[in-house]
Amino acid sequence: METIHLSPVDLSIASGLVLALAVVTGWLGLAVSRRVIIAAIRTTIQLSLVGIVLKALFAASNPLWMALVACVMLAVAAYEVRARQKRRFRGGWSFGIGGVSMFLSSFAVTVLMLLTVVQPTPWYEPRYAIPLLGMMTGNTMTGIALGLNQLSNTAFDARATIEAQLTLGSSGAESIHDIRNDAIRTGLIPMLNSMAAAGVVSLPGMMTGQILAGNAPGEAVRYQILIMFMIAAGTGFGVMAAVFIGARRLFDERDRLRLDRLK
Amino acid sequence: MSALAVDTVHTMHVGPATFEVAAGSCTALWGPSGSGKSLLLRALADLDPHDGEVRVDGTAQSAMSGPEWRRRVGYLPTESRWWAPSVGDHFPPESTASFASLGFEPDVLAWQVDRLSSGERQRLALLRLLARQPEALLLDEPTANLDSESGARVEALVNEYRASHNAAVLWVGHDREQRARIATAQLRIDAGKIEVV
Repeated sequence: METIHLSPVDLSIASGLVLALAVVTGWLGLAVSRRVIIAAIRTTIQLSLVGIVLKALFAASNPLWMALVACVMLAVAAYEVRARQKRRFRGGWSFGIGGVSMFLSSFAVTVLMLLTVVQPTPWYEPRYAIPLLGMMTGNTMTGIALGLNQLSNTAFDARATIEAQLTLGSSGAESIHDIRNDAIRTGLIPMLNSMAAAGVVSLPGMMTGQILAGNAPGEAVRYQILIMFMIAAGTGFGVMAAVFIGARRLFDERDRLRLDRLK
Repeated sequence: MSALAVDTVHTMHVGPATFEVAAGSCTALWGPSGSGKSLLLRALADLDPHDGEVRVDGTAQSAMSGPEWRRRVGYLPTESRWWAPSVGDHFPPESTASFASLGFEPDVLAWQVDRLSSGERQRLALLRLLARQPEALLLDEPTANLDSESGARVEALVNEYRASHNAAVLWVGHDREQRARIATAQLRIDAGKIEVV
């Protein structure tokens, strides 16, 4: 079975639908027509650029280029983690915690899977490495951002309760124990939900793509299960690493609660 | 011997403070609201970063961990906080707290925290602090929410603890008569500056 190629005419039919949406929302005075158009244009430009980059990357298959792209993906994801915090750690710590924990989890899991399970030649073959890494960072990023945000918000609100325990001689780790565990759970919920709903409520994007591209459903399902397990492990370990580092950072070497490290 | 020696302690808002509370004695601290009483106590309990040194029984704060210091120097904030549902969760196991001295039955350990009155909270907060047997006490208005009878019981309990444990007590209070009753020395704090009265 061959992929059915899309011509510019095919895409203009789809873009006609978006234009119609913009016109209708304009008539109804919803004041989102402009945003619909701008978002559609952004999608087109961004994806076209990514297409060009990926085409060059696949053609070159150079480990240095691959490493560079991976670092850019990590930095963008770490920036996203930072941007989603209501109360950030000062001095670049939000960016750093996000970056380090994603490096430890999504990078490690992706490399492990490439080396032992998928085994393309060479192992960093961009056609496999880039999509896998992209899906991993995208998902761990969401979990880490949620977990860290929950940690710092709850700690901020529960200041007096945490300090009551410190006052009676508890360590920082003991006083933040429950809050830390709640934050880890919060970070894991999106991943758990998507695993539980996969295939029943939603057909995962990658599997849909593979089926559209002509792969047998059985093959697509096996890849999707692999991805789901990678995401589960990556998100789980990533969220734990991020929340543990974050909870440590909330206390200083004298086990004082240091909310002045948040802004 | 558990004297509390404060040596040029200062933070951004209070100090420098230098004074000593002898073992087994009580010093009263008072001053207008906003003068830094609570901030000074927080620094002495090592809850806020500060310069200078504090010693209990001759051992410097910097020579032990923060949690160990706070176990030895018990700080009672004006408002008590409770992190678990029942009163008993906040006391060490096999606690020897003297509940009767503040008018509680032993079954108070099974009570739910959210059903306590503000006065009960304040008395139980003192008991949960004393249950950990600190060597020195930093008490921030320990009778503020209490009627005169409960207040007198708290004074008696602190006096008894001070004598039996030879503990140094620093007592923040607004009531002049009470300060005269419980303390042998008085400190006044204004705009963060300490003076001996």
